[in-house]
Amino acid sequence: MALVEKDSYEATSFQLSEATASDYLALLKPRVMSLVVFTAFVGMLAAPVPLNPMLAVTAIICIAVGAGASGALNMWYDADIDAVMSRTKTRPIPAGKVTGGEALGFGLVLSAMSVLTLGVFVNWVAGSLLAFTIFFYAVIYTMWLKRWTPQNIVIGGAAGSFPPMIGWAAATGSISLESVILFLIIFLWTPPHFWALALFKSGDYEVAGIPMMPNVAGEESTRRQIFAYALLVAVVGVLPWYFGFASFAYGVVALALGAGFIWYSWKVLSMSPQDSSMRPAKALFGFSLLYLFGIFAAYLVDSVVARFLLAAGA
Amino acid sequence: MGDKLETVTPTEAQLKARRNRNIAIAIALVVFVILVYVSSIVRLGPTLLNRPM
Repeated sequence: MALVEKDSYEATSFQLSEATASDYLALLKPRVMSLVVFTAFVGMLAAPVPLNPMLAVTAIICIAVGAGASGALNMWYDADIDAVMSRTKTRPIPAGKVTGGEALGFGLVLSAMSVLTLGVFVNWVAGSLLAFTIFFYAVIYTMWLKRWTPQNIVIGGAAGSFPPMIGWAAATGSISLESVILFLIIFLWTPPHFWALALFKSGDYEVAGIPMMPNVAGEESTRRQIFAYALLVAVVGVLPWYFGFASFAYGVVALALGAGFIWYSWKVLSMSPQDSSMRPAKALFGFSLLYLFGIFAAYLVDSVVARFLLAAGA
Repeated sequence: MGDKLETVTPTEAQLKARRNRNIAIAIALVVFVILVYVSSIVRLGPTLLNRPM
């Protein structure tokens, strides 16, 4: 009698991994990570307290790895629905390159390492915020909200909104109104961004059984909500100028970008229900990415120029 | 006793993938060590080297 029955590990069920480093990198959702790194960088540089450049690099790497780890945990949990959606079926787990267990282990180890490193070497406010972000994305959004409510990305969007706040906290060790506004810009930007995508990918979400707004409330209601959120984004975008955190030049750029966002959302609102090409929704999706990059870039340039002028005048 | 140990013979693709992963792990470890080393010096400053006997 053997302790392990030979039949229990048939050659067909056991296979050595053929995953390469790039498959593991794909688990970290590099495109999302690049947006996280950029917004965190802006939050860090806009903060009134300068952070040592080496610690800034450490903080950015930790935030990037932490965000990536939450992506790996998301892919572990969502492997079943990723396999049936055209946009996600080539991800490493449904493609059979990485097992669910490997992705889970990878995500957990990177989560722990990134939070501990950020906490020990930068500060624990930033470390705690990063831990909460990973928890919020992996547990609150992925495991709970995503399959339960069409408000999934409205509430879940908070996870993607934390990076500038973490960057700010890394430099200052605190949370302030400036970083809350940066949080709000991404938070209110997320629903119109994802609903624009959901409008032209609604079939995908339907097949996977994900209650996205167009499938649950209908396209007309989704288009109205996109427009309402676009108005809110445009208003929140100019708040840094209104509160005096940014210059008039930033205010003008934010106003122009906000007007663009409203314009593209209006085109979505007024598109014909028979329009199966969904061109306005695709255009809004593209513009929303440009908007977020533009407004954070404007805030970054404004902060750097303001600091430079202050130093030159002193 | 006496039974020949059953092992799995990796294919060429599996060996190549394993080597690729090993190199990536090595690079990640080196980056992490440098990060910890430099961050420690920045955090603790010159006091790190000040060890009175």
